Amino acid sequence: MSTLNVSSIREDFPILQQFVHGKPLVYLDSAATSQKPESVLRALDTYYRTTNANIHRGIYQLAEQATEQYENARKQVQKFINAKSWREIIFTRNATEALNLVAYSYGRANLRAGDEIVISVLEHHSNIVPWQLLAQEKNATLKHIPVDGQGQLALDDLENLLTEKTKIVAVTMMSNVTGAITPLDKIIARAHSVGAVVVVDAAQAAPHLPLDVRALDADFVAFSGHKMLGPFIGVLYGKRALLEAMPPFLGGGDMIRQVHLQESTWNELPHKFEAGTPAIAEAIGMGAAIDYLNALGMENVRAHEMELTQYALDKLQEVPTLRVIGPTASAQRGGLAAFEMQAEGTFPSIHPHDIAAILDRDAICIRAGHHCAQPLHDFYDLPATARASFYVYNTPDEIDQLVASLQNVRKMFNK
Amino acid sequence: MDDLYKEVILDHYQHPHNHGTLPDATNSYEDSNPLCGDKIRMEMKIENGVVTDVKFTGKGCAISQASASMLTDEIKGKSLEEIKHIDKQVVLDLLGIPLGPSRIKCALLPLKVIKASAYGIHEWGDEEEE
Ligand SMILES: Cc1ncc(COP(=O)(O)O)c(C=O)c1O
Repeated sequence: MSTLNVSSIREDFPILQQFVHGKPLVYLDSAATSQKPESVLRALDTYYRTTNANIHRGIYQLAEQATEQYENARKQVQKFINAKSWREIIFTRNATEALNLVAYSYGRANLRAGDEIVISVLEHHSNIVPWQLLAQEKNATLKHIPVDGQGQLALDDLENLLTEKTKIVAVTMMSNVTGAITPLDKIIARAHSVGAVVVVDAAQAAPHLPLDVRALDADFVAFSGHKMLGPFIGVLYGKRALLEAMPPFLGGGDMIRQVHLQESTWNELPHKFEAGTPAIAEAIGMGAAIDYLNALGMENVRAHEMELTQYALDKLQEVPTLRVIGPTASAQRGGLAAFEMQAEGTFPSIHPHDIAAILDRDAICIRAGHHCAQPLHDFYDLPATARASFYVYNTPDEIDQLVASLQNVRKMFNK
Repeated sequence: MDDLYKEVILDHYQHPHNHGTLPDATNSYEDSNPLCGDKIRMEMKIENGVVTDVKFTGKGCAISQASASMLTDEIKGKSLEEIKHIDKQVVLDLLGIPLGPSRIKCALLPLKVIKASAYGIHEWGDEEEE
């Protein structure tokens, strides 16, 4: 069925070979963090065993090698997202830090009282809170693009929402709850026509969709290595002209050209934004993850996930009381399904925590909660949802196990 | 499975004891668990240092709701002094199931709300910090 050879892929992931509670592990929480293939683990191990040194100012061979490998990883990221220059790739701690970098550096320098920032109801807290802090500091106004009943952004009012007053539009490329793949092209075109910059949260998109930042024409793009088979590290892409004009985010070593007691001058891009010793091994590991994904082909990754998601959407319908939120067609959504189990007869609804705890007994890992998207859950009037998310190593058989286990949850609660 | 959701927990979840509001409450408090959105509100009638009635409302998982249901039974008729001695272990014994670190928070939320309601938010014990 699949465009990927999943059984051979599974052999590359040591963690998937293990048993939990005596049962084979079924990992359906890749939207939170993905598992790592052998090649990524090996890249980390090899770096620490053979190359470990601090980068950029060492003259000896190890330091030169470490620097070269770190900077090579940057170029791999550049090619992976089709950025014009490696100088446009900044390594951060995670997507959250990348988004904060834009808010603190670009936002503080460019926003004036009365300006407007536009986000959306779909956003993860990491693409909401930095803008709230910025708006409070600058006396700016925070607006949001609403969502429709399908969990997709509703653009009917885009013309009125994005106006001359809009300076920053920060929006996700794929929701981590509804899975909706957002109509960024329309939003970006409108934002640019009113002179606003667009910050794209690609934390869910980058691992699962082909991503071409130049075709997208986004001004900033943030994502996390750990959700795309890599270690715990993040990336900020920014258009060079914007990054060049921005003040630093964090101050310290490596980001300076000259330091005097009263003032300093800044290093060139991307180092201006990488203060202190970066996550060297993690960057190199991320390079290995990109190699792995490239070998599979991002088009194939997407095709595999669409098949799997469609299969899951169909199968989940078999569970009475279960309601999946988000777009109903797999072409419009990423590889995940967030759902609730509604009340039935005399029985109350089943809380996502209870679902997840019972599934854990079957060694099935799903997430329960608001998934750092509380405004979206408020929109649905749900305190929490359960979420199963898929990646290159997941199989239809695992979805069958998920559904069987969910049927069991319902039976337990509905006697 | 069986040890995770004992019959009695599901019973309390389906048919919670002391569920509702208390119009003549002398003390009340509401809190939520930011991790999962579980919410509990306790309304108590305290007369001469004794809890003569208590009711709760809330939303959340079976563990938090069953814990609230059982604890309201437990404290009814008890003195504030006696309630002071209700700790984490009492709650775990009432539930009678093993709980991991995140679900312990669900189990203890009702106790936290009871103590905040009875004594005010600064005077309740440190169960959560243990
Ligand atoms: C859509 C979205 N944005 C941002 C983030 C934040 O990623 P991180 O926690 O790696 O910074 C996540 C991950 O939880 C996410 O799903």
